[in-house]
Amino acid sequence: MSTRDRKVLIEIDGVSKHFGEGDTRVDALRQVSLDIRSGEVVALLGPSGSGKTTLLNVIGCIVEPAAGRLTIDGEDVYNGRWLRGDLRRLRLDKIGFIFQFHNLLPFLDTTDNVALVLELAGKTRRQARERAVELLEYLEIGHRRDAMPAQLSGGEAQRVAIARALANNPRIILADEPTAALDSKRAGIVMDLLRKLAAEQDACIIAVTHDEKIFDRFDHIFHLRDGRLNGNGGEDGAATG
Amino acid sequence: MNLAYRDVRHNLFRFLLTCFGLSLLMAVVLSMIGIYNGLVVDALTIARAPGADVWVVEEGTRGPFAEASRIPADTRESVARLHGVTAAGSVTYQTAEADFAGGKLRLYVVGHEPGRPGAPKDLVAGRPIARSHYELVADTRTKLELGDRLRLGRNSFQVVGLVRNHVNSGGDPAVYITLSDAQTLQFELAPPAARLRIARGGSVEGTDTVNAVIARVDPNISADAVADTVRRWKHLAAMSQAGQENLLTRSVVDRARRQIGLFMAILLTVSAVVIALIIYTMTMEKLKQIATLKLIGAPDRTIVGLIVQQALALGGIGWAFGLGVVMLVKDYFPRRVVLEPENALVLAGIIAAVCILASGLGVRAALKIDPATALGG
Ligand SMILES: Nc1ncnc2c1ncn2[C@@H]1O[C@H](COP(=O)(O)OP(=O)(O)O)[C@@H](O)[C@H]1O
Ligand SMILES: [Mg+2]
Repeated sequence: MSTRDRKVLIEIDGVSKHFGEGDTRVDALRQVSLDIRSGEVVALLGPSGSGKTTLLNVIGCIVEPAAGRLTIDGEDVYNGRWLRGDLRRLRLDKIGFIFQFHNLLPFLDTTDNVALVLELAGKTRRQARERAVELLEYLEIGHRRDAMPAQLSGGEAQRVAIARALANNPRIILADEPTAALDSKRAGIVMDLLRKLAAEQDACIIAVTHDEKIFDRFDHIFHLRDGRLNGNGGEDGAATG
Repeated sequence: MNLAYRDVRHNLFRFLLTCFGLSLLMAVVLSMIGIYNGLVVDALTIARAPGADVWVVEEGTRGPFAEASRIPADTRESVARLHGVTAAGSVTYQTAEADFAGGKLRLYVVGHEPGRPGAPKDLVAGRPIARSHYELVADTRTKLELGDRLRLGRNSFQVVGLVRNHVNSGGDPAVYITLSDAQTLQFELAPPAARLRIARGGSVEGTDTVNAVIARVDPNISADAVADTVRRWKHLAAMSQAGQENLLTRSVVDRARRQIGLFMAILLTVSAVVIALIIYTMTMEKLKQIATLKLIGAPDRTIVGLIVQQALALGGIGWAFGLGVVMLVKDYFPRRVVLEPENALVLAGIIAAVCILASGLGVRAALKIDPATALGG
């Protein structure tokens, strides 16, 4: 099956976003349009302040755009305004977010940080814990299942955060510099893992990265500059080049 | 999983320390309530001790507790002859100081006629007064024990019985002696000039006066009717037991009530502000975590639950500790601390309401926070 036959999971059409007004106005995104299909692993590249995080947050329904259209997994989510009241439920069910900072809850141990999102999605406590441990094992961090976040190294915390992002089998995985806290070997392992998951779960992955060493793990690379996307979204991406 | 509990457990020491601080505040509030109740109960015990139905006192006074009253001792016979009166007794009340165990003891000396109304009921040890002189029944708060001897005026008295919780509205423990001993004591303690006047017999206030006459009334006859009859006599006033108690709570306790009531209102306000501040701060410290909860898809109900449950736990534990502290120390107060279960329950209700209101502030802030806040470093 070629890429063109796969389902479009994210449709972004002419999305703009600015912060502040007047002299302090910053245009973080200008007329960004982008389609991402299931199974695709794409990178967002660009200098600091170019709008990468803002774009991820818009896709994750965390930041409200100023204009444009956003469709997620076939559902119109934004068209000049949010079309869905319960964005958090959408996020819980469809989107796994790996934040730039791991954002683990400090008062829950590793397993429960992962189990929480499963319980929120309706799993029983036992099911949630079982699946959480499974995921942690899978991410080779099972031995730290009882540790508190404060006891984890940056890399360990990042892997727990990834386990949490993947817990509810999201169709869309958003990752903001997921490998920044990792050495290049670990970064490679994490990217391979994400790729594997995308393939297995038919999910798409959008990752912000500066890390040139992992460029070859992406299907496409999009460049953002001053909020404008000039993607080499075609077949000449790094993965095929 | 219960996030409120997990978060508390994570910061258990700090949470308990906060609860402990709050509990001390609660303990102060509860003691104030207890002290107030104690004042009311104390003021009433002395008036209730003789088990009277009607009090006969000097005209124009609200005696013998709220105001001084002095009536001739022979009033007793007239009252006893009244229709419906089954028994009547003369009583005197005075404060006196005595030396005991190397210190000064302030006493509320009650004189009564043994065998007639006025003797204390419910002795906790010993026996009632049997001889006509130099025997004494004391409140346990005097620290006197059976067999102890105590000098009052020129005479030495022997403790033959003990009662508990008989104090006047000033907190002085009561001792009961015979009426004639009390009258002697009154004479001995009077200022020299007055004493001289009394001794010459030139004064209207003879030695044979008492402060009040109390009467027991046949249950089939209304005490108010008896009091009405007495009121028609010259120089005398009368009131029923209910009227006496009413008067005491109003006049003697009223100022204390307003004083303590105002103080309690201030304390409760302070507690409410402190609780609100604590809960608000607790929420503010968690704002980033709350934003994270929103990011990962937690619904508002989870977030509200987290804050409200912690607030209620804080208030509940603070209240329970506070109650425990008061229960432990209440017997060490110099005056009686009486806590009724209703008092503790009402306070619990107030605290619950304050906690919920206070968490309202936190909840507002929590629900307003933008999930994107969690994304910053
Ligand atoms: N919440 C915000 N308030 C104001 N300005 C913001 C906010 N978030 C981002 N910006 C601005 O928008 C621009 C894009 O930011 P961002 O998307 O974080 O860039 P990147 O992730 O590529 O470094 C920057 O100029 C940044 O200062
Ligand atoms: Mg960024």
